[in-house]
Amino acid sequence: MDLKIDALTHRYGPTEVLADINLDIPTGRIICVVGPSGCGKSTLLRFVGGLERPSEGQVLQLSDPPADSLNPFTFVFQDFALLPWRTVDGNVRLVLEDHGLSKPEMDRIVTDVLARTKLADFADALPKSLSGGMKQRVAIARALAVRPAVWLMDEPLSALDAQTRELLMDDLVGLWLRQPFTAVYVTHNLAEAVRLGHRIVVLSRRPGKIRKIIDIDMPLEERSAGNAALTKIEQELWHLMRDEAQAADQELIT
Amino acid sequence: MNRPVPYRGGGFRPSKIRGLGLFVFIALLLIAEWGTRAGWITNLTLPRPSDVIKTLWDLAASGMLWTHLGPSLGRLTVGAFFGAGVGVLVGVLIGLSSVMRAGLVPLVAAIFPIPKIALLPLFVIWFGIDEMSKYALIAFGTFTPTVVATYGAVDNVDRTLIKMGQSFGLTRASIIRKIVIPGAMPGILSGLRISLAIAIILLTAAEMIGAEYGIGAYILQAGALYDLERLFAGVTMLSVLGVTLSYVLGKIETRVLRWRI
Repeated sequence: MDLKIDALTHRYGPTEVLADINLDIPTGRIICVVGPSGCGKSTLLRFVGGLERPSEGQVLQLSDPPADSLNPFTFVFQDFALLPWRTVDGNVRLVLEDHGLSKPEMDRIVTDVLARTKLADFADALPKSLSGGMKQRVAIARALAVRPAVWLMDEPLSALDAQTRELLMDDLVGLWLRQPFTAVYVTHNLAEAVRLGHRIVVLSRRPGKIRKIIDIDMPLEERSAGNAALTKIEQELWHLMRDEAQAADQELIT
Repeated sequence: MNRPVPYRGGGFRPSKIRGLGLFVFIALLLIAEWGTRAGWITNLTLPRPSDVIKTLWDLAASGMLWTHLGPSLGRLTVGAFFGAGVGVLVGVLIGLSSVMRAGLVPLVAAIFPIPKIALLPLFVIWFGIDEMSKYALIAFGTFTPTVVATYGAVDNVDRTLIKMGQSFGLTRASIIRKIVIPGAMPGILSGLRISLAIAIILLTAAEMIGAEYGIGAYILQAGALYDLERLFAGVTMLSVLGVTLSYVLGKIETRVLRWRI
């Protein structure tokens, strides 16, 4: 399902947070949105997912989502957002329960997504006994279960340590290679952006405007940490953002 | 010179010490026993603990213990059940609906500080001198603290979880039943602890004003006759009742809230 962000502007009271954003989100591509903190990248994601309404402009669906998609716009949150009183199995089941699926059908989906995220052995564990990386895997399994048309990922790896982040990036690449999905991936981590993004959108400091769009043609499976071409793009991105990030850091938070 | 770096951590972390509470309790009883036997505590000040235990024993043997305890437990159960039940319901409604909040929070704030015992004469006129006025008093007394605790607990449910529920297209009923209520459970249960303690206080007060049988009535009779052994036997019953309720709630908490860290 192709999406188009059309002349989107947003204000909180008198403060403009996003200004005139125009962006195409083509099917089967991962779009990474990077920018200094407070540039409104997470807000942009909430508009795409329909959790908030922009002041002006709109997000357009250019076609119908696939018929088998239970929840076309599906979020993966930075803080995992798992229900602590439900087991891994129960957390995945939660998002299926309102769709009138039969018990065997639900069991089949849960088993399948837990296997794909290597969680089959942890189905009965409570979130409190899982590590951060495992928790995020549960959140990814939960998202897989509803067969999203577009994944909306809000800094999904930012709460994890560097090693876990590497592992999960590999997992995400693996999932994409197996079945390419459309994603808007918000991050402040440039290394993640160049590893996962087919297209990288650089936002400026508040009010967030699109400063630059960089397409990376290298296939995801060929990308790795420390790849020279990717490092070069990362440098370029950092060069673009450096002054803005510094200025953003010195701003008073209102 | 080589010596270990001085240790400065530790402390500030409550650890479980088994049996110390019981030890303090027994030690106090033994001091009282010793004092009353040795004579430096007159028996006008404090009855001998062994006499109180004997009074309780006789009470149980004669069957009168149950005559007093039965009605009290009945009143407590009915009153607290309705008060806390309606309180949780209203609290959840206030937590979920802005209209309910705007309309009911001032009302709850207005009736919360009223000492409910002061309303007993009114309740006797409204509901009659028998059981109904006692139920009403206990229910009313447990209602307000339960409401306040419940809507506070609902307010404190992690908003990101609710946002998650919305983002996955869960129905409103599902979000309330599967996210809001379990998330508010810790707050509701700790509110219940306070509500049940208040219920016991009101039970005693109501029975002191108009009841033939009941722990409150028993204590009042004993007080009127200056029968300290029986008075303390009655107080012991109340105390045991409170400890039992608190223990049961603790068990429920560990069961219902085993997902907590």
